[in-house]
Amino acid sequence: MNELLELLKQNALESPENLAKMLGTSAEEVKTRIAEYEKTGVIRAYQAVVNEEKLDASLVTTVIEVKVTPESEGGFNRIAERISRFPEVDSLFLMSGGFDLLLFIKGRTMHEAAGFVSEKLATMPGVTSTSTHFMMKTYKKNGILMQQGEDNERLKVSP
Amino acid sequence: MNDSKSLRSRIAKTVRNIPRSGIRDFFEIVSSREDVISLGIGEPDFVTPWHIREAAASALDRGATSYTSNMGLLSLRRGISRYVEKKTGIAYNPEDEVLVTVGVSEGLDLAIRALIEPGDEVLYHEPSYVSYNPLIALAYGRSVAVETKKENGFRLTRAGLEEKVTAKTKVLLLNYPNNPTGAALTQKDVEEIAAFAIERDLIVFTDEIYDELTYDRDHFSIISVPGMRERTIYLHGFSKAWAMTGFRMGFTCAPPELTEAMMKIHQYSMLCAPILSQEASIEALKHAEKDIALMKAEYKKRRNFIHASFEEMGIPCVRPEGAFYAFADISQFGMTAKEFALKLLDEQNVACVPGTAFGACGEGFIRCSYATSLEEIKEAMLRIARFIETL
Repeated sequence: MNELLELLKQNALESPENLAKMLGTSAEEVKTRIAEYEKTGVIRAYQAVVNEEKLDASLVTTVIEVKVTPESEGGFNRIAERISRFPEVDSLFLMSGGFDLLLFIKGRTMHEAAGFVSEKLATMPGVTSTSTHFMMKTYKKNGILMQQGEDNERLKVSP
Repeated sequence: MNDSKSLRSRIAKTVRNIPRSGIRDFFEIVSSREDVISLGIGEPDFVTPWHIREAAASALDRGATSYTSNMGLLSLRRGISRYVEKKTGIAYNPEDEVLVTVGVSEGLDLAIRALIEPGDEVLYHEPSYVSYNPLIALAYGRSVAVETKKENGFRLTRAGLEEKVTAKTKVLLLNYPNNPTGAALTQKDVEEIAAFAIERDLIVFTDEIYDELTYDRDHFSIISVPGMRERTIYLHGFSKAWAMTGFRMGFTCAPPELTEAMMKIHQYSMLCAPILSQEASIEALKHAEKDIALMKAEYKKRRNFIHASFEEMGIPCVRPEGAFYAFADISQFGMTAKEFALKLLDEQNVACVPGTAFGACGEGFIRCSYATSLEEIKEAMLRIARFIETL
């Protein structure tokens, strides 16, 4: 992973001027490279990492393991892409091991998530079984600790 | 008879004559304030990597609470020997050439006390780490400072040494990469200094605690120069690159005669380094390469940022090549370094250390540590820029 992308993953709001100072290059160069990443789809989006537990109306995250029958043409892709178009689906991955697709679903209540599974997912042709888990607490997301860090007890001035 | 004047008069004259550290004075002022952004901190902002802390905790669980051999655990000394050989190409026998100390501070104290007799001169370069001068004084030695200059990138030169060397010079004390200037030496610089030490038949103490934190090229140690191993005490430790300051772990590598002499002092004054810290260091030597690389990459970004920011403000600052300090030249503002640092603290709540804490020739400079988060550094640089607008 190159250094510019690493820095943007840590803080996408960093100004090109500051990024340039850290990388020892010019702001123009940084802007050009970012534009290139956006154009080629290396950078897909910029998002805030939200600690939903701090919000009053926090969302329920549901993790669903799905077994599917692969199709003779296209394997898992067609069904995976179909499922991923539902707005409830936050993330979707093809996995090795005991199941095929791993879904992360966001809903306001467990009931809503259960409804998605029973009405939309389980009834879809090709889906052979689902196993649903509710996420209880998030400790770390996208490399960011949700609890604010250990307090550093360093002396304020030292030799 | 117990009034404080009478007690003071009984304190050994050598100790009475040592001034308080300029850092400590400043520390007390900074500590009395809230919400200070401190660029005055001489230790990593990273917590010791988890697996190293885990090794200490698991040693404690196993009941590792005893003394160790005076020299340190043999498995640790073997690890140190392998590490130093890998870095420098120079092999030390873990049985009688490696001594585990309580930080480089103790190692340096041992080296000085083992070699210095009253009146012996120790050449060292200034601006320098705060404890060199006092430790030499405590051993009744004479410290002779060679000034390093901004114009030379604060690198020690042979010419500077030639000016100060005398018949009484016994030891040359080196510290590169350097605290407080961030200077590092090239192989050519090191070879010139080595040639000087050999010609003058000097013993060299080399404090290379920051060697892993050299950003633009590989560090080159003076022990790698032919003829230097036999006249050098190599000092190193785990505080900086491994972020283990609180473990207080250092080590020395030196020929058996010198190691034995240091060991004598160590065994009576310290007995041994703490066993838990030694256990943690064994793990640190085995599995921390990736941690060091990550921390170093982070320091490098901050180095680039802080240096570019000073340049942008029109404050001259030699590009730091190692350690985690920028030594910025604030002489254009017509204040002493201490006045500048106090006013900056007062008006913008940013703490940095006046260069004079590191020797008189640090006048006109402030030391800004970048061992603090980029967020804080960014804010501090904005505040410094605002501050100098008002001057």
